[in-house]
Amino acid sequence: MDTKSLQRVSGDEWRIEPHGKMLVPAVIYATEDLVREMDEKVREQIVNVACLPGIEKAAYAMPDAHWGYGFPIGGVAAFDPGRGGVVSAGGVGFDISCGVRTLLTGLTAEDVEAVKPLLADSLYRHIPAGVGSRGLLDLSDAELDEMLEGGAQWAVRRGYGTDADLSRTEEKGRMIGARPEAVSEFAKDRQRREMGTLGSGNHYLEVQHVTEIFDHPAAEAFGIHLNDIVVSIHCGSRGLGHQIGTEFLREMVVEAKNYGIDLPDRELACAPIESPLGEKYLGAMRAAINCALANRQIITHLVRQAFAAVIPRAELTVLYDVSHNTCKVEEHRIDGHTKRLFVHRKGATRAFGPNHPAVPEALRAIGQPVLIGGTMGTASYILVGTAESEGRAFSSSCHGAGRQMSRTQATKRWRGRELMDDLAERGILIRSPSPRGVAEEAPGAYKDVSAVVEASEKAGLSRRVARLEPLICIKG
Amino acid sequence: MLWAFRSNLSQMADKKREMAACVRVCSRMNEPRWEHFQHGADIGIRGVGPTKEEAFRQAAMALSAVITDPAGIASEREVIVEREAPDDEILLMDWLNALIYEMSANQLLFGSFEVRMANHRLDARAWGEKVDVRRHEPAVEVKGATCTGLSVARNDDGEWVAQCVVDV
Repeated sequence: MDTKSLQRVSGDEWRIEPHGKMLVPAVIYATEDLVREMDEKVREQIVNVACLPGIEKAAYAMPDAHWGYGFPIGGVAAFDPGRGGVVSAGGVGFDISCGVRTLLTGLTAEDVEAVKPLLADSLYRHIPAGVGSRGLLDLSDAELDEMLEGGAQWAVRRGYGTDADLSRTEEKGRMIGARPEAVSEFAKDRQRREMGTLGSGNHYLEVQHVTEIFDHPAAEAFGIHLNDIVVSIHCGSRGLGHQIGTEFLREMVVEAKNYGIDLPDRELACAPIESPLGEKYLGAMRAAINCALANRQIITHLVRQAFAAVIPRAELTVLYDVSHNTCKVEEHRIDGHTKRLFVHRKGATRAFGPNHPAVPEALRAIGQPVLIGGTMGTASYILVGTAESEGRAFSSSCHGAGRQMSRTQATKRWRGRELMDDLAERGILIRSPSPRGVAEEAPGAYKDVSAVVEASEKAGLSRRVARLEPLICIKG
Repeated sequence: MLWAFRSNLSQMADKKREMAACVRVCSRMNEPRWEHFQHGADIGIRGVGPTKEEAFRQAAMALSAVITDPAGIASEREVIVEREAPDDEILLMDWLNALIYEMSANQLLFGSFEVRMANHRLDARAWGEKVDVRRHEPAVEVKGATCTGLSVARNDDGEWVAQCVVDV
């Protein structure tokens, strides 16, 4: 992106003042290098978001922002229902409630080193991954509705985890306001046999070791020490969320004009929050959030089984579970007043600071863990929400490295099997049914995740706590 | 980046320019064909042919090729798709999303297609088989067809081009 078209407010904050149909400014949080690497489409999309009815304060782009669908991936925008605010299917994305869950294991890197291939094979056997994979469950219509209503709480009731897991999951594992009846039969059909599956694309399960601690008090509160082994799960609401996204995007495109909404880009399709279509989408989207939470809960159970088969003394507990494709109702301070807003985060992570009531009690004094996925060859990060983040972008942070190269380019440059051999030489074991899928997800196809999290810290969006490097990666 | 889109696809003038950019490459062959174009995080699919039907058929081939080599998919199962939409662009999205649904819900891959269209209505058949992970080595599952890069229009050579970005 050409920085000349932006006004630099401070080292890591760039602004586009309202012009044309923009109702609020657009703000990009990133270093100069990251801004230059961003596609011009990010600028165009964030300006378009700033034109949507009822938007509050500004349309924001996170340091990992890249070209998305209507909203940039790495986009944050909040809407006031009282001022005709909208909810946008594109602003949430196709993979509703895609997110990251990180598990502590009570193990160190030395404990895993000797059994690494066995553990990799055990995880690959236990966790269905990739195209055409099926979960262990085949849900009836009634069970599907219970899952969509109950989320991870439903999964725990079915024996896939503990109450302690729920206390470390956003929304305590169950999103209120889900409406299973707003979810189509097509969406339910796509999910019937997909519970507890990882999916493909950029989704993964990694065994990682802690290689650096940046913030010792926060690390202590999170239970993380240098050299510890953790497990991170990155996946979402699978076929159900994809189908809901597809169906509502179409309906919102067709209906927009009936609601008097002039769409700058069809992909920005949206409906007023207080409209039958808006309310129906919110009910379906919340059901998809529950599906994602249940999915990650079942995968947690499978990870525990896979570890028990190789290292029986491992004790896996949930550090935190956070979603990065959502629209959630939150209270935020605007011009001295508390407002109830519908906050869209598309490829952006909620990052509540210390003392926020939504943060689990045990972590409340320090802030919410912010889990950032990297690539299979580089690193991931654990960050913590800051008090100042509230004033920056409605308590939001980045979500990952962000692609810098298309899939087409990546498959031309890398061969999956060679990549897996190279990574194995570096001590990183990849297990995947798809060499081409691995090539498309090559570490070199992504931006430097370290630069992204550093920019998030400099911009005051969140603060680095620990760096994690992969030892095993299960890839769909 | 030959296929890069730098303009807002919602604007007609820009659309024409993009089609012209496409034509520069497509017109080399002048026969029905499919191709992929680049998108930041995902992938663009494009079908080109002498008729709208052929462009839709080729776009479906491009969709399958995101996942695996369409030539390696046997025609063991037939699926019928019937859709109606307010315009051809939404009809293209509907067509691709119907295939994505079948692939996801029934674990199918498709390698050949027949398409008939009239007045924004599509009657089509797709032939394929159950996914075999060892044989097909599927690269990625497709989540949905999107409005990004969505276009159904004639290029300067008079060929029909049907395209959009799919989320993977």
